[in-house]
Amino acid sequence: MIIKCRKISRGVAEGQVLLTHEAISFLGNVDPKTGIIVEPKHELFGQCIKDRVLVFPQGKGSTVGSYVLYQLIKNNVAPAAMINVESEPIVAVGAIISCIPLVDRMERDPFEVLKNGDTVRVDGTSGSVEIPEGSEL
Amino acid sequence: MYLTKEEEKTLEGEYGETLRKAIEILVALGDIYGADSLIPVKSAQIAGVSYKTIGDAGLEWISDLKGKARIPAILNPAGMDMMRWEEMGVEADFAKKQQDIIAAYENLGIRTKCTCTPYYLEGFDTGYGDHLAWSESSAVCYANSVIGARTNREGGPSALSAALVGKTANYGYHLDEMREPAMSVTVDFEMSGADYGALGYVAGKVIGNRVPIFYLKGQPSGDEMKSLGAALAASGAVALYHIEGITPDAIRSKYERPDENLTIEKEQILEVYETGKCGGSSRDTDIITLGCPHCSPAELESIAGLLAGKQVSKEMWVCTSREVAERYPDLVKDIEKSGAKVVCDTCMVVSPATNNYRCMMVNSGKALAYVPSMCGVASRYGSIEECIREAVNDN
Repeated sequence: MIIKCRKISRGVAEGQVLLTHEAISFLGNVDPKTGIIVEPKHELFGQCIKDRVLVFPQGKGSTVGSYVLYQLIKNNVAPAAMINVESEPIVAVGAIISCIPLVDRMERDPFEVLKNGDTVRVDGTSGSVEIPEGSEL
Repeated sequence: MYLTKEEEKTLEGEYGETLRKAIEILVALGDIYGADSLIPVKSAQIAGVSYKTIGDAGLEWISDLKGKARIPAILNPAGMDMMRWEEMGVEADFAKKQQDIIAAYENLGIRTKCTCTPYYLEGFDTGYGDHLAWSESSAVCYANSVIGARTNREGGPSALSAALVGKTANYGYHLDEMREPAMSVTVDFEMSGADYGALGYVAGKVIGNRVPIFYLKGQPSGDEMKSLGAALAASGAVALYHIEGITPDAIRSKYERPDENLTIEKEQILEVYETGKCGGSSRDTDIITLGCPHCSPAELESIAGLLAGKQVSKEMWVCTSREVAERYPDLVKDIEKSGAKVVCDTCMVVSPATNNYRCMMVNSGKALAYVPSMCGVASRYGSIEECIREAVNDN
């Protein structure tokens, strides 16, 4: 199934979904060396975002967060792609400078159609998320 | 969002990867905020300069870019005086990284003068209605409010993108309708000097990111409006304010008074002078800083006058841009005769050297808002005269 969405950062990538209902501040919430969420109160505390399709409502916090995404990609621990409910500039800019595909405003609620562990393909160039056949919806 | 053929080609990568990325950033922001097109900007001022704030990741990103700025572009304050960093107590490792950051920007054709007051510099003439891509929150507030130019609060990468492309996305404060005041702020008593910074410090917390229109008694100077805006942008997220009868948009547009009103009482201003007394004893103050935002020539002159014939007994920094300092060498010499340091390229907020102190006295509402959290140093407030009395131990 292909779901349309808005394209923010170009590129195509596939990976397993890692989903959170909480906003993420890349500065402070994520360890740039390991890609592990280090904010104790965060829903994803202790989980690694490396190579995952990170699904979260939007970014928050310091604008330096954009550069943290760049550090994640340089350290080879960045997410494969990201899906936001509504992107804001910090994550949008971070995704672009790091060449991580990013989309938002999916035509269906991502928290209804995606779940942890699903393998999905995010196309930030054309603006779509593909869920392979066989995924339970 | 509408793109010209040329812009489309840039986005497809015909002019290289750096420009492709730069325009992708501008277009993404334009899409997020509902811009109709890209518009040319006259100048850019780029945040994300201090190694303290952008770290190795920022340095790597800037170093990896290849291209040249198409419009006059300048940097925000760095983490140290580029020439006198040792004297400030900045460590060599930090200095090396800071120099690398400046060099990386220089390779991109950015003027490497580091200041939060680009509007004082040659080649940065900014007039009413000019579209800009500036980052530093106090400079944004000054440009929008006092000059009547138009800029959003750009992040570092978006301002750098605007410098490389020569354009920004047409949204936010570039549009007339986004510049209308949403609330009024009434002040029914006379103010002067640091009172304006205190007003911004108090009012910014309530205003948040809205556009206020002030109803004031008396006529603030440019420097007083600079202090007001800097504090509004630090304790709130104000990018544009109006003053009835005084600022250019308010004069031209004759705004109706918004229904929602905030009245500031004199006691609230006086309280700011009482906050953070550093343990109650003025003896605990171990550094006094002026120049947040960077001092204007008029402020340097007034500081030099107040310090004439006196010696400071505490560390004192007067922060300004290198260009202004170089234009007025006699004023710098006069100030430094007292033992105070005229520090360029940096300020008390973004320099790691401030961490070496316990309690800082400031005459800036912006510094009062940021120094405790960003430097881990207590801060207390005073007028420029009180700050200098504290520095020369004349209390």
